[in-house]
Amino acid sequence: MSQVSHMDKQRAIGAVMVVGGGIAGIQASLDLAEAGFLVHLVERKSAIGGVMAQLDKTFPTNDCSMCIISPKLVEAGRHLNIELHTLTEIEAVSGAAGCFQVQLLEHPRFIDPQKCTACGECAKVCPVELPNTFDQGLQNRRAAFKLYPQGMPSAYAIQKMDPAPCRLACPAGLNVQGYVQMVKQGKYQEALRIIMEELPLPGVLGRICPHGCEDACRRSQVDQPVAIRDLKRLAADRFDPRQIKIACLPPREEKVAIIGAGPAGLSAAYHLARSGVRSVIYEALPKPGGMLRVGIPDHRLPPEILDREIAVITGLGVEILCNTPLGPELTVDDLLEKGYRAVYLAMGAHKGIPLGIPGEKAQGVLQGVDFLREVNLTEKAQVGRKVAIIGGGNVAVDVARSAVRLGAAEVTIIYRRTRREMPAWEEEIQAAEQEEVRIIYLAAPQEVLVTDGRVTGLRLIRMELSAPDASGRRRPIPVPGTEYDVDIDQVIPAIGQQPDLAALGEVAGIQFSRWGTVETDGVTYATSREGVFAGGDLQSGPWIAIGAIDAGREAAESILRYLDGRDLVAGREPKAAGEPIHRPISRREPRRPRVHMPELAEEKRRTGFQEVALGIDTESGRLEAERCLNCGGCSECFQCVEACIAKAVQHDMPPMWKTIAVGAVILAPGFETFNPAPHAPYSYAAHPNVVTSLEFERLLSASGPFQGHLVRPSDHREPDKIAWLQCVGSRDINQCDHEYCSSVCCMYAAKQTVIAKEHSTKPLDTAVFYMDLRTFGKEFDRYCRRAEAEHGVRFIRSRVHTVEPAADGDLRLRYVLESGEIVEEVFDMVVLSVGLTPVADAARLAERLGIELNRHGFVRSGDLEPVGTSREGIFVCGAFQEPKDIPQAVMEASAAAADAGHLLSAARGSLARVRELPPEKDFAGEPPRIGVFVCNCGINIGGSADVPSVRDYASSLPHVVHVEDNLFTCSQDNQDRMKQVLAEKNINRVVVASCSPRTHEPLFQETIREAGLNPYLFEMANIRDQNTWVHMHNPAMATAKAKDLVRMAVAKAAHIEPLHQVTLGIEPAVLVVGGGIAGMEAALGVADQGYQAYLVERSGELGGVALKLSRTWQGAAVGPYVADLVRRVQGHPRVRLFLHTEAVDFSGILGNFRTELITGKERLTSVTAKHGAVILATGGGERRPTEYHYGDHPDILTHLELDAVMEQDPERVRKAGTVAFIQCVGSRTAERPYCSRVCCTYTLQSALAIKERNSETAVFVFYRDIRSYGFRETLYTEARRAGVLFIRYDEALPPEMALTEDRRMVLTGRDHILNRTVMLQPDLLVLASAILPNENRELFELFKVPVNSDGFLVEAHAKLRPVDFASEGIFMAGLAHYPKSIDETIAQARAAVARAMTLLAKDGIRAGGVVAHVRDPDQCACCLVCVRSCPYGVPKVREGRAVIEAAECHGCGICAAECPAKVITLQHFTDEQLLAKSHALFQDPVRSIAAGD
Amino acid sequence: MTDTFEPRILAYCCKYCAYAAADLAGSMRLAYPGNIKIIQVPCTGRVDVLHLLKALEDGADGVCVAGCLEGECHFVAGNLKVKKRVQQVQDILTRIGMDPQRVAMFNLSSAMGARFAEIATEMTERVRNLGPSPIGAHLSRLVN
Repeated sequence: MSQVSHMDKQRAIGAVMVVGGGIAGIQASLDLAEAGFLVHLVERKSAIGGVMAQLDKTFPTNDCSMCIISPKLVEAGRHLNIELHTLTEIEAVSGAAGCFQVQLLEHPRFIDPQKCTACGECAKVCPVELPNTFDQGLQNRRAAFKLYPQGMPSAYAIQKMDPAPCRLACPAGLNVQGYVQMVKQGKYQEALRIIMEELPLPGVLGRICPHGCEDACRRSQVDQPVAIRDLKRLAADRFDPRQIKIACLPPREEKVAIIGAGPAGLSAAYHLARSGVRSVIYEALPKPGGMLRVGIPDHRLPPEILDREIAVITGLGVEILCNTPLGPELTVDDLLEKGYRAVYLAMGAHKGIPLGIPGEKAQGVLQGVDFLREVNLTEKAQVGRKVAIIGGGNVAVDVARSAVRLGAAEVTIIYRRTRREMPAWEEEIQAAEQEEVRIIYLAAPQEVLVTDGRVTGLRLIRMELSAPDASGRRRPIPVPGTEYDVDIDQVIPAIGQQPDLAALGEVAGIQFSRWGTVETDGVTYATSREGVFAGGDLQSGPWIAIGAIDAGREAAESILRYLDGRDLVAGREPKAAGEPIHRPISRREPRRPRVHMPELAEEKRRTGFQEVALGIDTESGRLEAERCLNCGGCSECFQCVEACIAKAVQHDMPPMWKTIAVGAVILAPGFETFNPAPHAPYSYAAHPNVVTSLEFERLLSASGPFQGHLVRPSDHREPDKIAWLQCVGSRDINQCDHEYCSSVCCMYAAKQTVIAKEHSTKPLDTAVFYMDLRTFGKEFDRYCRRAEAEHGVRFIRSRVHTVEPAADGDLRLRYVLESGEIVEEVFDMVVLSVGLTPVADAARLAERLGIELNRHGFVRSGDLEPVGTSREGIFVCGAFQEPKDIPQAVMEASAAAADAGHLLSAARGSLARVRELPPEKDFAGEPPRIGVFVCNCGINIGGSADVPSVRDYASSLPHVVHVEDNLFTCSQDNQDRMKQVLAEKNINRVVVASCSPRTHEPLFQETIREAGLNPYLFEMANIRDQNTWVHMHNPAMATAKAKDLVRMAVAKAAHIEPLHQVTLGIEPAVLVVGGGIAGMEAALGVADQGYQAYLVERSGELGGVALKLSRTWQGAAVGPYVADLVRRVQGHPRVRLFLHTEAVDFSGILGNFRTELITGKERLTSVTAKHGAVILATGGGERRPTEYHYGDHPDILTHLELDAVMEQDPERVRKAGTVAFIQCVGSRTAERPYCSRVCCTYTLQSALAIKERNSETAVFVFYRDIRSYGFRETLYTEARRAGVLFIRYDEALPPEMALTEDRRMVLTGRDHILNRTVMLQPDLLVLASAILPNENRELFELFKVPVNSDGFLVEAHAKLRPVDFASEGIFMAGLAHYPKSIDETIAQARAAVARAMTLLAKDGIRAGGVVAHVRDPDQCACCLVCVRSCPYGVPKVREGRAVIEAAECHGCGICAAECPAKVITLQHFTDEQLLAKSHALFQDPVRSIAAGD
Repeated sequence: MTDTFEPRILAYCCKYCAYAAADLAGSMRLAYPGNIKIIQVPCTGRVDVLHLLKALEDGADGVCVAGCLEGECHFVAGNLKVKKRVQQVQDILTRIGMDPQRVAMFNLSSAMGARFAEIATEMTERVRNLGPSPIGAHLSRLVN
C-alpha cells in the first residue's frame, strides 16, 4: 500500500473517519479504535447497524442476525474512541492523506440523544404514522421513532420533511397537518392551540375559508382532498376557543391604534396582545367583524360564532370602539397625537363597484355589499319580487341566497362566463341551485330598464368565450345582435368591491395605488408615513379573510419591531423555495371517501338565516383526519414536547455543519437493494404478494411486522407455496443496467427457503428459479445440498418469463426450462431476490470525496490494493466496492483499518482518549454498605410501579445504607450526585433499579469507578424492560415484582467482590506462519505498523502458489507483485525471515506467546520467538486430478499448468484447434462438497486469453454452474461474446473422456439445451481442479486451531470474525481458510494484521473480570472435565492441578458448572452469588401475600 | 389455596439471547404473567444442577433455563450442556415423586421478544396447573 509521501509523517492526524455505520463500518471503527486511533463514525440514518440489522437469519449458520450484531452495536456505540455522527452526510473533503479536512452536515434529530432515555413516550403520543422503513414499509411507525429497538445511539429521532403543502398553501401559514392530527385523536383543545398560534378565529374560518389548503392537498392524488376546513370547524365546535389559554408576554407601556375591526385589524390586535402590546380598535360600523360581520350572511356564518371568537381577542385586553369611523372627527394625526405609538389601517374594501351601464342610478338598484350589510346588521332588507344579481363570485351567491330567505319570488344570477369559470365555490353554487336560484350563464347586462325611476327590467346580451389568450384565459365577448330583455324589479350588482378612501384622503404621507388601495412595503406593510401601517383588503384589494389574518399578523410583527426600534425587514425576506420533499404516497394507499357535511333540510332554509352547514360529528372527524397523508412527516403538534419528561425534544434544532480533521477516510456506506417496482413483468408494484427479499427478511423476523409468523401481506394467510426469482436486478442488461452478479442472492434465497420452512406451521413448498446457482462461499454448497436433500427445496434451473396475478391473491409464473419446455405454475407468494446496487447518491459522494467509480457505479479499486481508492488516504470496504457477503465485507473492513493504521502509524495514540480515574478504594474486610438507586425513568417506571414504595422497601433490606429514587438515574446530574453520595456515605456496593444491564450497566459501572469503586461492586435490577413495560396496566404487580427484583439484586450485591484485571505486558511481535502472498502481506503489514514480524516458511522459497500465477482476474501481473513482496520482506528491518523453518513448540498466553522454531535440513538450529499474536497463512494449492485421464496424456493440463504453457510455449496454445475446459474437477463432489470459488473465473480468463491469441480456436467449457460472481460476470459476458461455447453437465453425468489408440482425446458430453450428445476431439484439455488446503495437521494441532471436514481452518465466527480463531490472539489468512483469489487473499492478510493490531497497540492485555477461576487448586482431582468441557480449550492441567489463564478465558462459566469438585468458579457469577439471588426470591422477609397480587 | 395459587418461578436466562429477548418483549410492550423472575447468566452453560435444585428447595414452584437456539450458543455449546443438566434434574424430580415439568429448558434468539412472552405464559400456566410445589407447602408448614 501507499505510504504518506508528501507530508511529514509526524504531522499525520491520529483520527480516522469511517463513512457508513453498517457492519463493515462498525468493524473498521472497532479495529481502529482498539488500535489507538480516534474514530469518527458517520451514518446517514438515525442509528447504526445497516442492512445486517434488518436481516432475520444469516447464512450459512442460520444465526440470528440481531443476536450477533447487537453486541457490536453496543460496543461501537459506547466506545470511548468512537464518536458517532448519525443523520450526517459528507459535504466535502479537502487536504491530503494523513491530513484531511472533512466537512460534515448533521441533519437535526430533533431529540437530544444525550438527554433521551429511549423511553418511547414521544412515539406513544405522536399522531403521525409513517412507513416503517426498517420494516421495508410493511408496517407503520410514528414520526417520533427509534429506527429499531436495539439501534445505537439508543435515542429516538423525529422525522420531518418539508412543511406539508396545505401549510404552504395557507396564506396565514397555519400548521394544518398539526391540527388535523389532533382532531384525529379527538384532542380538540390541542387542535385549537395549534390553530390559534396564527388564527384567533377558528370557528369563523372553519366555516367561510376558501381553503386553499384543500386545493393543495396531496390526498387528491389518491381520491379527494381532506376536508380540512370542516375539521377546523369541528375543533372549534367541540371546544370553546375562549377557554384556550393564550400565552401573552407581560403588558408594555406603548399603545397602538387599529382602524377597522375586520379580520386584519382583529388579527393585528390579537398578535400584538400576545406580544404584550395593547391596542384599541376603531370601527366605523355598529358591530365589530368587518366583512365577516357584514359581508357574509348568517346562514353561512352565525353572528354568535363571530361574537364568541372576537371575545377571544377582547379577552386579551383589546378594546373595540364601534361607530367610531376615521374621518374629520378622528384623524390619523389625532391618534398619533393622542399618544398611540403606531396606527394600523385596516378598513377593508366595502364599496361596491358599479356596473357602468345606463340606469344604474334608478331605484331598485342596490350594490351587493350594501345589500348584505343591511341584511347582516338588521336581519332584513328590501327585496324585490324578481331579483337579478350580476356577478359570479361568492358575494353574488350570498346575495342570491339571502334574497331567497328574505322572500324574493324569483332570484336570478347573471354571469358573463360559464359555470366552469365561476369563482364562487361549487358547494355554494349547488346550494343556491337547490334553493331555486336561477343562474344565467354567458350573459351580461347592457342597460337597466327603468320606468318612473324604478327598475322594471334588464337588457342582457349573450356572450361567448374567446379562444384562450396567452395567459390561457378565455375572455367573454358580446355576441352582436343577441340583446334581450328580462322582467325584474331589483338589480343587485356584485361584481367587486374596493376600499372607500374618503376617510384617508387627508392623511399626509400615504400613497395609493392605481387600483385605489394603500401602498405599503411588500414585506413589512409599512406605509410611506412613519408609524403607520396598512393591511387587509385596504391594501391588497378584496381578498380572502385568511389573507387578511396573515396581513394583520405581519403588521403586528412590524409594529412590534417598530416599537422596539428594530429592523423591520431582517429575516423576513421571502425565501427562494426549492421543490419541496414530501412523504411519498404509497402504492398501497387505500381509497377512502371524503366526509360529507350534513346540511339543514331544504325546507327549513327559506324561512330564515339558520346555519345551513351543520358541522360533522367526532367520529366522522376522526375518519376524515385519518385520510391525511402526513406529507410533512412530523406534524409539529408538539405533543412529544409535553410528553418528554427528560426535556429532550427540540423542534427547533438546526442543521449543523462541522469540519473534522482526520488522517484517513474509510468508505463503507453499503448498498441499496434493486427496486423492482418499475419492471412490470415482476408484478411487484401491482401485487402485494410479490415481495423483495429484504421485505421477506422482515416478514421472517421475530421482531418484524408479523412477529415472525409467515403470512403473506395481502390477506395475512399462511402461504403453501412460495417462489424465489433469482437475478432480479443482477446479470441483467435488458431490464436494468446491472451486468454484474450480486454474489449474495443465491445463498440468501437458499437460506430463506429453509427458514421459511422452519417458520411455516404446515408443509411449505419452496421453489428457487435460477440460472446458475452461485453458492461459492465457505460451507455454502453444503447448505444448498441439505436444503435440497433434507428440506426438499426445489431448485429449478429456468428463465421466468412473467409473474401474473391469479385468483385469490395468488401468482402465476410462466417459466422456460433448460430444455425449452414452458411451464405454468401458481404460487401463493413470490420473493424477488433483488440484487445489490450502489447507494443512491454514490456518484455525488464520489465527487465530493474525489474518488473514481467503476462503470458499474461502485468504487474503483485494484486487485493488488483491494481496499484502496483512486485517492490516497481514502479506503473502501464492503458493498460500496462490489456486491459481497458479510464476512467478505468484515474482512475488508479490517483490511481498510490496517491500511489506515499503516498510513497513520506515526500518529497512533495521539488523539485516542484515555479515561483518567482515581485509585480504587479498598473495602477489604468491611461489611457491605449498599446504596440503592431506584429510577422512575420519567413515567416509564414511575407511571406503573410505585417507585417511592419500592425505594422505601429497599431501605428495609439487609446491608442497605442509602436509598433514593431519581427521575432519570442515568442523567448526568444524577450520575454526579451518585458519586457524591457514594463518597459521603462510604457506600461500597451499588444497586441501580432501572432499565436493562445490557444497555446501561457499563454506564453505571463507569460512574462508580469514577467514584473510586471497583466496577464490579455493582448490580442492577431490571425493573423497566422486564417489569413496568410488561405490566404497565397492573401497577400492583409491577410494584410487587420490582420489590422482588430489587431484593434479589441487593442479596447478590451483599456477596459481590471487587474483581481486578491484571495488566499483562505484550510482546510487540507477531509470528506469521507461511511465506505465500498472505504470509508476506501479513508480515509486512505488521512491520509497517511498527511491530516485529517473524515470518516462517517451511520451504526455501517465498511466494507459495502465487509463483505459478501470471495475472489477477483484472489483469494485474502477479510476478512483479510477488517479486516486490519478496524484496520488501527480505529488506524490512522489522521482518525476520525464517526459511526452511517449522514451528515445533508453542506455549504461553495471549500477548505473550513463545514458539520454538527449528531451521535447516541436515543441520538443525533452534530459535525461540516471543510474540504477542500469531497469523497462520499456511496456504493451499491445486489438487492433482485423478479424473479424465490426467497424467496419461501431455495435453491434459491443470489451470496452473496451462498458465505455465501460455508463458513458456505460447505457440502450443495458439496452434491448438480446439481447447476444452472441464469445471468442478474434484470440487462440489460427495468427497469434497465445496466450491473452489476461483476456478470459473480462472477458466473464463484463460478462455479469453486463448481466443485473444487465436480467435479461430474453438473453446468449450463444460461446467455445472458458472460462478463468475460480482464484476467477474463481465468475463463471462465477454467469453460468450468471443464465441466460447458453454456446455452444462450434471454432477451425475460428467463428460466422458477417452483416449483413442492413436492417443487422441475424445470428449463426450450432453448438451441440455440442444438435448443431444456432443463429441469433441480437443487438442488441449484443461481441468479446473479443486483447491486444497496445504497439509498441516501437526502445525494446526500445535496451535490448537480447528479445521473443518474439508481441511480448511475454522474461524471464530463465520460472519463477524472471519479472520479470528476462537482462541484469542491467533488469526488466519489465505487459502488455508478457504479458496480465494489474490485480491481476497490480500484483504484477508491485511485484516489479520488489523486484528493483531487491536492487541499489540495496547499497553497491556487486561486479564480478569468475569472469568473462570480455580479458587482451590489443592482440591483439584485432575479429572479433566474442565479441559473437555471448555469450548475454547482454555483450561490446562499443569503440575497436578487445573490452570485457567484469565487472559484466554471467554467467561461462559461452563467449566464452573461442570467441575465436580466445585474447585472452579466463574467470578461475579459464583454459586454463592447466584444462590443468594435465587434464595432471596423465595425467602422474602417482608412478603405477606402471594406473588402476583 | 389453589384458587388463588400464583406460582413462583425462577428463570435463568443467558445474556446474549434469552435475556435480550425478554428486554425486547418489554420494548414491544408485550404483557406476560409476573410470576417469572429472571436471573441473568453469561451463558446458560453456567447453570448448574445445584442452582436448579436449590431453587426448588427454597420453594420455587418452577424453574426454567432459557438460552440461545440450539447451534447458536454464543459460547458454542453451553446451551447443550445445560440441556443435559435440566434433563438430569427432571430425572431426579421423577425419582423423588415430583413432577419433572416443574423444570424446563427453552431456546430462543434475541430477536424473539414475542416468543419470550409466550414462554413466560406457557411456563406459568404449566406450573399453575401442577399446583404449588410440595416442597414449598412443606416449608410453609415448617414456618407455621
